Amino acid sequence: MNRSLIESSVLHLFIIIITAMSLPFLSKKAIDLPPIISVELIQITEKTNIPFAPKAKKIIEEIKKKEKKLVSEQAPPKKVKKKKPDAVPMPEDKVKKVEKIKDDKQNPEKIDNEVKQVSEFEKDELFDPNNVAALIDKSKEETAEMINNPDKVTQDQDKNLENTGLSLSEEDALKAQIFGCWSIPLGLPYNENLLVRIKLELKPDGSVIKSEILDHARMNRPGQAFYKVLAESALRAVKLCQPLRVPSTGYERWKELQLNFDAREMLEG
Amino acid sequence: MNNTKIFFISFLIILLIPIKSFGLIEVDITRGNLTPLPVAVSPLSINEKSRKSFKELLKKENIGLEISSIVENNLRTSGLFNPLNKDAFLQAPDIANLKPRFEDWSLIKAQALITGKVSFIDDKLRVEFRLWDILAGKEMMALAFTTVPNNWRRVGHIISDKVYERLTGEKGYFDTRIIYVAEEGPKTKRIKKLAIMDQDGANNKFLTLGNELVLTPRFNPTSQMVTYLSYFRNLPRVYLLDIETGMQEVVGDFPGMTFAPRFSPNGKKIIMSFAKDGKSDIYTMDLENRIVERITNHPSIDTSPSYSPDGKYIAFNSDRSGYQQIYVMNSDGRKVKRISFGTGIYGTPVWSPRGDLIAFTKLHKGKFYIGVMRTDGSGERLLTENFYQEAPSWSPNGRVLIFYRETKTDEKGDGFSAKLWSIDLTGYNERRVETPTDGSDPSWSSLLSN
Repeated sequence: MNRSLIESSVLHLFIIIITAMSLPFLSKKAIDLPPIISVELIQITEKTNIPFAPKAKKIIEEIKKKEKKLVSEQAPPKKVKKKKPDAVPMPEDKVKKVEKIKDDKQNPEKIDNEVKQVSEFEKDELFDPNNVAALIDKSKEETAEMINNPDKVTQDQDKNLENTGLSLSEEDALKAQIFGCWSIPLGLPYNENLLVRIKLELKPDGSVIKSEILDHARMNRPGQAFYKVLAESALRAVKLCQPLRVPSTGYERWKELQLNFDAREMLEG
Repeated sequence: MNNTKIFFISFLIILLIPIKSFGLIEVDITRGNLTPLPVAVSPLSINEKSRKSFKELLKKENIGLEISSIVENNLRTSGLFNPLNKDAFLQAPDIANLKPRFEDWSLIKAQALITGKVSFIDDKLRVEFRLWDILAGKEMMALAFTTVPNNWRRVGHIISDKVYERLTGEKGYFDTRIIYVAEEGPKTKRIKKLAIMDQDGANNKFLTLGNELVLTPRFNPTSQMVTYLSYFRNLPRVYLLDIETGMQEVVGDFPGMTFAPRFSPNGKKIIMSFAKDGKSDIYTMDLENRIVERITNHPSIDTSPSYSPDGKYIAFNSDRSGYQQIYVMNSDGRKVKRISFGTGIYGTPVWSPRGDLIAFTKLHKGKFYIGVMRTDGSGERLLTENFYQEAPSWSPNGRVLIFYRETKTDEKGDGFSAKLWSIDLTGYNERRVETPTDGSDPSWSSLLSN
């Protein structure tokens, strides 16, 4: 009897202590407010785009040259230019596309934006006037959350980057290789879903152990004969290209890879 | 604490441990190359006995090689395939047909291989052929045909169609014929005959003698029947001609200027334009009861009607807006809608057998263009430009257009010629279609083997 009473009391006491410790209103200590720090928002580019020392400049130019070579490898196969008023794939368009990839790869502004986003995120952690306002006034809570959304996106992007595992240049190298190997069947209907997803199992050297068409069932559906042709062309591209240009490190991340072959952009021209 | 409690606590702790896992990396491939697919066409193997029999019968040294050459030529002219040089082949045709050594074929960069065997059995020609995927190392298709030996060219075309369909996803167009107007003589005194040939220019035959002027022959989309216009005592007459039997009949005499009769998709009607009461309108004629029905009734000049493949719509050209433009209406003549809005004069609209595009001729700044646009008039693309060219006609799969092109005469009035040309939808694969004489107004038949 006594033992049970003691046990019960100890347990109750334990619960009370835990409750008291975790409920902030019980501790009525004066809030020690830190002194207000004024924060000036500046463009980091102004500070980071300082002129390079001559030696550093040389190195950077060399790197840029190398990356330019990589971009040129991604250019679509050259076609004999015909003097024609309105031919399907205009050479100008292709040049534009190459430039676009260049943008993705190395655009100083873009990198600056990333830096900017991270720095602003850090600043928000330090001091966010909207959040303070939200603490005081509940009606401002929603606005504060909305304003914070861009930061959430940044976090998601970071997460994606971690999950994709391939850097932009690694992905571009792989894409460029497969672009060259994939002969798109030209008889495909324009207005259909022309996406073939292929899951690959790779060896560390980039050769393919196993390839699997993810929407296999679609091949045998009536009216989808073109899909079989498309899927076969994608498989041929993978086989023709192997060993694939995969990164030299991080095998665990890319030992399984999914390639999404979409012919629509090419066929619609 | 008993085991169950330990288990539960451990389970809760395990749940709380963050597990790091990698998502499947996805890479989007949105571009590829449109270069022709390298394909090896191995000569069809033939045993000595069969070879001798065919040599006697067809006067061809090696019929297996001849058939494979037809396949090779068809695939090359399509612009979608690059048949590899036979000198580079490492494997003999008879062994390749049984079990190809894929390594040998991939060494010469072939992605597909065609092998086969010809034999002479019971006075018939029997052809087996196989299509192999070199990279996957598997057979994609195997078929056999038996026919009379004289049909050997058609066997080559049928094989080409099957290969084309298996590798591109759409029907081929090789086992087809082209009817056209064969022209001879000086421009002012031209002799025009109706002629027919295989799509590759072989087996050319004249169907009329040339004593009457013939114009605009058009194939029936469902059979080997042709309709054309001929002048008899200076009056236009619409004729029907059965290619298989050679039977010809007059559909009717029509008043004034009559233009371009064309079949409806089911082949039961013909549609044309002729001038009546001082204006040119579009009419249909039922071939069974010969009842003529007026489709358009407008003071302008409406000509060149062409049905959509489902028969619900008609494309035609009209100058009702001031300049000749292309219009689309319901098959009963209601809901007329202009679809061409570009600069220049548009004419001879022809609806694609796929139903997705309309081919047309355009005249702009003294140049003639052959182009295509979607059926609502959007996405206009001009495929080829020249001094004078017109009358596009679609291949049955809607990928290639055949048309004719005229050259300028010099000051003396010489140098005039009219030749047949073909171009595919990409606009890159433009080719001369060889004919023994000059040619104009071509029309492509449907597939013979359907």
